[in-house]
Amino acid sequence: MTYKQRIDGRGFDEPRKIEAKVGVIQRADGSAMFRIGNTWAYAAVYGPRNLHPKFLQDPQKGILRCNYNMMPFSSSGERVRPGGSRRSKEISLVTAKALLPVLNLDEYPNSVVDVFIELPQTEAGSRCAGICAASMALADAGLEMKDLVCAVSVGRVADKLLVDLDYSEESYPDVPVADIPIAIMPNSGKITLLQMDGEVKKEELMKVLEMGKKALMDIYEVQKKALKEKYHGVEV
Amino acid sequence: MHRELRSHIISLLNAETRLDGRKLTEYRKPINVEHGVVKTAEGSARVKIGETDVIVGVKLEVGEPYPDTPNEGTIIVGAELLPLSNPDFELGPPGIEAIELARVVDRGIRESKAIDFKKLCIEKGEKIWMVIIDICPINDAGNLFDVSSLAALAALKDTKFPAYEDGKVDYKTKTSRKLELEKTPIAVTVIKIGDRFIVDPDIEEEKVIDSRLTVSSMEDGTLCALQKGGDYPLTMEDIDKMLDIGIEKAKELRKHL
Repeated sequence: MTYKQRIDGRGFDEPRKIEAKVGVIQRADGSAMFRIGNTWAYAAVYGPRNLHPKFLQDPQKGILRCNYNMMPFSSSGERVRPGGSRRSKEISLVTAKALLPVLNLDEYPNSVVDVFIELPQTEAGSRCAGICAASMALADAGLEMKDLVCAVSVGRVADKLLVDLDYSEESYPDVPVADIPIAIMPNSGKITLLQMDGEVKKEELMKVLEMGKKALMDIYEVQKKALKEKYHGVEV
Repeated sequence: MHRELRSHIISLLNAETRLDGRKLTEYRKPINVEHGVVKTAEGSARVKIGETDVIVGVKLEVGEPYPDTPNEGTIIVGAELLPLSNPDFELGPPGIEAIELARVVDRGIRESKAIDFKKLCIEKGEKIWMVIIDICPINDAGNLFDVSSLAALAALKDTKFPAYEDGKVDYKTKTSRKLELEKTPIAVTVIKIGDRFIVDPDIEEEKVIDSRLTVSSMEDGTLCALQKGGDYPLTMEDIDKMLDIGIEKAKELRKHL
C-alpha cells in the first residue's frame, strides 16, 4: 500500500498555509496568533510577575509556566469539555520544556513567566502551533531570548515520509502512520521537542527529521516577519 | 481602594466626559461582529467592542430531554474567564464571575424565547438537540457582559445543524438547516458611578463602579432579563433611568448583528 498523493495536493515536505501576527492581545505583556491550515492558536505572556503560592518560587531564577487549552468548540467532533485533560496537561509540560532552553530567567528570582495558549480551532498539529505562537509571544513580551522556537509535526503515512500532517493523514485508516511533533531552535538547529506516536524505523525517523527542517525554516521566516511588522515604521 | 481613580473618573463624568473622551452613554468604537470564524463549531462569532475581544462557539449535541419537558431541547451556556485575556484571571474551574456571566447570557436567550425549544426536539421523550454556547474572551478590556451576549447571539445566528442519522451526529456534514432565531435579545449593562450613569465601561471604570444593571431587551423594547450587580443599592429613579438607557442602547447594538 502506497500513499501516492497528499489529500490536499501539497508536496510531501510542504507545510499547510501559515499566518502569524504579534501584539494581538492588548492586555498581555506579549502575545501572538499563529495559524497553520485549519489549526489556529493564540498565546499570551504575562510576566515576569510575582509567583503565588510562595512555595513554588525559586530564589535562584524565574520559572516558566505554560498552559495549553483547547476551546470547547475547537474540535470537529463533540464539544471538548472545559477544564483540561491529562492530554492538555502533558502538552502544557512539553511546551514549557520546548520553550525553556531559549529563555534566560536568571534575572527574575521568585518570579514566574506565564504563557497561556488557547486554540479556537484545531485540525492536527495544535501543540506545534501553540509552541510557535508562544515563542513569538515571549519575544513580543521583550524577554531575553537566545533564539525563537519553531515547531511542526513530521511523520509517515504508509510508505511516505511527510511534513505537517493534517487530520486525515494523522488518522489514515489501515496503514502504518507515525506522527512526530518536533520543535527546534532555528539558529543552532537543536531540538527542544520530540515526541512520536505510531511506528517508524530509525533510518526513516532521522530522514524525516531532516525533511522537516525546510518547513521549520519557512515557519521561522513567518515568525520573524510578524515580529518585525509590529514595529514597522518605528524609528530605531 | 482606587480612591483617587474614582474621584478622577467622577470629576470627568460631571464634565460629561470619560477617561477616553467618550460621552457617558457611548459605546467604544469600532464595534465589529464577525460570523463563522471557527470552522469546527456549528456556529461561531467574534465580537470586538473597542479592545474587548470575545469568541463564542456553538456546538450541537444530541441528548435526552428533561422528564418535565419531553418535547423540548435545551441550551447550555458556559463561560471561561481565560487567563490569556486578563492578567487578573487565574486558571481553574469557573469562579463566581464566570458563572454569573454565563447565567446572564443564558437568561437573555432563554427568557426572550429567542430559540423555540420545541423545534429542538428530535423524538419526543427520547432525543433532543442541546445547543451548547461557550464564551471565550481573547482580550478583556472591559464590559464582557455586553460583548459576550452580543457574540452569543451572533454565533447562534450563524448556527447550522450537523447531519443526524441512525442516532448518530455526523459533525463532518453540515446541513443547510439553520437554527432559527425568533427574537434578538440584546444585553446592555448600565453602570452607576457616584450619581452618574454610563455604558460600556473600560477596565479602569470597572474598578470603581457602585452598581450595575444588565438590561436585556427585545426588538419592541420588552424586557426579558435583568441582573443587578455591584455593592450599592439603587433607587426607583435610578432603575427608571437605567432601563431607559438599556432599552435605547440595545437598538443601536442590534444593528451590528
